[in-house]
Amino acid sequence: MRRKTLLAVGLLLLTAIAAACAPNATQDTLQPAGEFARKPYDLFVVVFWVAAFIFVVVEGALIFFIVRYRHRKGREGIPPQVHGNTRLEIAWTILPAVILAGIAVPTVTTIFDLAREPEPGTMRIDVLGHQWWWEFAYPEEGIVTANELHIPTGEPIYLRLCAVGLAYEGQASPSECQPGPPDGAVPALIGDSVVHSFWVPELAGTQDVVPGQTNYLWIEADEPGTYTGQCKEFCGLSHAFMKFTVVAHTPSDFARWVEQNQAPAPIPEPGSDAAAGAEIFAAQCIACHMVDGLLDAEGEPILGSNGAPNLTHFAARECFAGCMLETTDENLRRWLADPPAVKAGSKMPDLGLSGEQIDQLIAFLNTLR
Amino acid sequence: MATIEHADARHPVAEEHATSTGLPNTKLAMWLFLASDCLLFGALISTYVLYRGASLVGPYPDDVFDIPYTSVSSFVLLASSLTMVLALAALQRGDVGRSRIWLLATAMLGLTFVGGQVYEFTAFYHEGLTLTTNVFGTSFYVLTGFHGTHVAIGILMLLTLLWLSLGGRLGPERVEAVELVGLYWHFVDIVWIVIFTVVYLIPTGSGPA
Amino acid sequence: MASVSVPGERARGLLRRPTATTGLWSWFTTVDHKKIGILYGITAFGFFLVGGVEALLIRVQLAQPDQSIVSPAVFNELFTMHGVTMVFLVVMPLSAAFFNYLIPLMIGARDVAFPRLNAYSYWAFLFAGIFIYSSWFLGGAPNGGWFGYPPNSVLDPSRGMTFYALGLLIAGVASTVSAVNLAVTVINMRAPGMTLFRMPVFVWMGLVVQLLLAFSLPIVTIGLVELLFDRRFGTHFFDAGAGGSPVLWQHLFWLFAHPEVYILVLPAMGIVSEILPVFSRKPLFGYQFVVFSGIAIGFIGFGVWAHHMFAVGLGPIANTAFGISTMIIAVPTGVKIFNWLGTMWRGDLRFATPMLFAIGFIAMFVIGGLSGVSHAVVPSDYQQTDTYYIVAHFHYVLFGGAIFGLFGGLYYWWPKVFGRMLNERWGKVNFWIMLIGFNMTFGPMHVLGLQGMPRRIQSYPASLGLTFWNLVATIGAFLIAIGVLVFLVNAVASFRRAKEMVADPWDARTLEWATSSPPPEHNFDEIPVVHSLDDLWHRKYAETQGGRVVPVPAGGSGEDAGDGGHGAHAIHMPGPSYYPLVASLGLPIIGYGIIFNWWLVAVGLVVTLAGFYGWILEPSAE
Repeated sequence: MRRKTLLAVGLLLLTAIAAACAPNATQDTLQPAGEFARKPYDLFVVVFWVAAFIFVVVEGALIFFIVRYRHRKGREGIPPQVHGNTRLEIAWTILPAVILAGIAVPTVTTIFDLAREPEPGTMRIDVLGHQWWWEFAYPEEGIVTANELHIPTGEPIYLRLCAVGLAYEGQASPSECQPGPPDGAVPALIGDSVVHSFWVPELAGTQDVVPGQTNYLWIEADEPGTYTGQCKEFCGLSHAFMKFTVVAHTPSDFARWVEQNQAPAPIPEPGSDAAAGAEIFAAQCIACHMVDGLLDAEGEPILGSNGAPNLTHFAARECFAGCMLETTDENLRRWLADPPAVKAGSKMPDLGLSGEQIDQLIAFLNTLR
Repeated sequence: MATIEHADARHPVAEEHATSTGLPNTKLAMWLFLASDCLLFGALISTYVLYRGASLVGPYPDDVFDIPYTSVSSFVLLASSLTMVLALAALQRGDVGRSRIWLLATAMLGLTFVGGQVYEFTAFYHEGLTLTTNVFGTSFYVLTGFHGTHVAIGILMLLTLLWLSLGGRLGPERVEAVELVGLYWHFVDIVWIVIFTVVYLIPTGSGPA
Repeated sequence: MASVSVPGERARGLLRRPTATTGLWSWFTTVDHKKIGILYGITAFGFFLVGGVEALLIRVQLAQPDQSIVSPAVFNELFTMHGVTMVFLVVMPLSAAFFNYLIPLMIGARDVAFPRLNAYSYWAFLFAGIFIYSSWFLGGAPNGGWFGYPPNSVLDPSRGMTFYALGLLIAGVASTVSAVNLAVTVINMRAPGMTLFRMPVFVWMGLVVQLLLAFSLPIVTIGLVELLFDRRFGTHFFDAGAGGSPVLWQHLFWLFAHPEVYILVLPAMGIVSEILPVFSRKPLFGYQFVVFSGIAIGFIGFGVWAHHMFAVGLGPIANTAFGISTMIIAVPTGVKIFNWLGTMWRGDLRFATPMLFAIGFIAMFVIGGLSGVSHAVVPSDYQQTDTYYIVAHFHYVLFGGAIFGLFGGLYYWWPKVFGRMLNERWGKVNFWIMLIGFNMTFGPMHVLGLQGMPRRIQSYPASLGLTFWNLVATIGAFLIAIGVLVFLVNAVASFRRAKEMVADPWDARTLEWATSSPPPEHNFDEIPVVHSLDDLWHRKYAETQGGRVVPVPAGGSGEDAGDGGHGAHAIHMPGPSYYPLVASLGLPIIGYGIIFNWWLVAVGLVVTLAGFYGWILEPSAE
């Protein structure tokens, strides 16, 4: 009987531990995949073991006292009235202070290490937090993308983060992540932006994205792969669905990605569904979205806005709508039919598209590879 | 019988025995409240200082401030501290009549100050500075308005004292009430000196920093 | 001001003076600190149940991945209201209940310094709670988090955050008034011989908490006023587009909200410091050190606020400074824990329910304290901030800490307040269910946070591997709910038994046990004269030179015991009054007025003024 209970408890514990170390936990701070996640992790490990030791000592003493000094039947009289011991007091004031001082030293050096300035030639990417999606701009490469941050492995990358709102029109490309007033003008960039927090746990600790303030963050991935992240600071209705992925490529793959993404979108074959979709896009979507390479009837480029994701290479992205949805025709159909029904508070309104229009738009979007 | 009840009422239960510090409860409470109020103004003044030169559009402080005018109204408020002291001293001497005059004078000087502030706000408004124009307008009006509200509450308390006095219910035995209102009044004056210095006297330039 | 009372020939109030001191109506007009304490306790417990239901709904929504039992909009309202409720409407007023009831008894006073102001505080707090909760029916509950970060909290189109700002302002008035009142009581109303260092630790913690309140509340008051103005009048305090700074709010908020953490936990620490010695049958180990560490925590508590803001981008120097100050505050906290252990050391431990909760407090608070140290390690906090690891941490401090301590206090002082014991067996069941449920709920949240679950998310995908521990946490939350129900049943059942009226059932050490249970309206027939720390204990037991303790023979306890022998001479207590209720009623009316109609503001001001003038003209006792 007793053995069975033990077995059951053991099995339960095993399940618990197995679940705790689930291999598909892809946002795990305990599995750092680059220098800037490893440094916080290394410190955490130190603190964890110090804390574990103190935990065992204190809780051990507590349990020992509970057992040792519990009231026993037949015990009469009152225990000796000890009022304190100054030497002990001094000891248990100084000892924790010393331990904490020991922890403080690596803490401080790591703080300054993580806040170091970039050297010339460092790769830089701008991160713009929108409600509720992420925009990534590569000022050197001239690429603007959404929700998928592509980086080369083995290279520390310096991110510049700022928060932007919908009132972000009038600028074809966010060449500058510029939260301050550009040339004294009222900064349209900030608009109705809110505080977000950029977090990709396996690559770095978090950094808030604050309206009116430019923040910086180092990230680096050792190995190629996909790392998930999401907004960590409560930012309104769809805070839970403001996600993104970081795709790390080998340097040569990354160069290929850059080349591919610098190319304008292909012009859809005239008369095809995609061409019809492009027309709908030019009429309806262009108010907020942008597709580089889109031409009007006279062959002039159509400039869109960057208030919403730049869709030039939309079909090459695995996810959309703040990585709430996987890029599939079915999801696109659901989304285009009524965005706010899919994602609470979505700034993209229900455009009242017919089923046919939606299919044509999807055909067009699928050409944007 | 009635007289016994009066005695009890005059020494509420709280003060049935001497207080531990020897200070009356009311005075201790007022000091504590004023200390707490200091942080209220501290936070407001910090906000103003933080936003000094942060406005993106005018009018800026130098466009609207009329330092001589505000200096005069500040002097009026400071003078009211003097009359407050005189009111208290008169009542301590037992000179109820004089105490009424000085209480009234204090309230009138306070009213003059608040009136001056209303006039100033109106003038600024006509020069284009509203609560929502820029962060200067926002932080200026809320800071000085908060202080003005404090002064207004003070005036209300002074007039209440005066009213009690006219009804014969503010004799020398109630001198503590005047002392308490006096503490509050002096505090509000001192805060104004700080605000006047920080907001008006320390130059801020005329445009965004 | 308000306390100015004028002797008159007869009451000149607008209302007839209430006289009843018993019956339902007397609860609306009472100025008795004990009745007000009970009112605080009942109200806070009611909100505790409501806040608990909100927590259960949150846990149901998160029990499985990708659920939409609760919509994002409602989810945001739920976690905001859960936080606001538990902080401002449960732990603070529940602590206020203990302070109100016990401080005058513990220092040998007849009442607090300003009894009518005390009633005013209670009613203002009640109205604040009702005001905030009325938002559910009047345009949406607050939904920007209890921390209300702008610009999100300003931009949100629902009325919720306006209710939040105004409701907390009203609660702030209540707390500030109460803080001044109780601080003056402790400083000024002590019985003869009750020097500061003869005060029970609970009273000390009470004093520290009142001072923390008095100096931290005004800061958030200004933050709330600025938030209100941004929302209601279109000012630009937190509008980055106009040169304002959203980070200013964060500073103003945390400058209050970090001391607030100590405001929430120090009362429980005080309670534990009272319970442990009684059930160990030993004096508190290192009394002065426990007191001084409490004061130190209060002081340092004002210098650590930016550790909530490590990821905001304040720069490495600020982060270093606040990281180190946060480590420093761990030292006095440790001192307290070691002294509690020292109290148990070589004691004669009796595990009655209050003692179980006190020990539970220590065991759980240690975990919360240690996870707190990992936040002081700034780079480590870059990962943990705004994750469930933080949720786990502060629940270990505020539930495993504050709530356990307060529950211990409920079991401990219940017989004093109501003259009846709570059932011990059910008390133990209550404790163990709550302890297990608590650890099942919040223990796994450490893991969840480290595995990458952010706070305040309405759902999470199955792919993140967070499902198992979320389910465990949800089951744990329901266990806690069962534990609370057990307490409720126990509490109700205690009233079905006859009063036992034992003055000192635990063989306790402090003055509140020297008077009858429940105490008479005037607390003590004779104001006690205090000769030492733990005065009651020394009336009952004498310590010989060798540290041996012998009971003092009956009747030898001196003339100070409040045994009710001299009931003949009259003790004048302050009379009941309507005016605190009237004056505080003005506050929510002004609040509604600011939201809905300016004429209501005028009505509210008139009600407030009428209340205060009636108050001034009414003598405190007749």
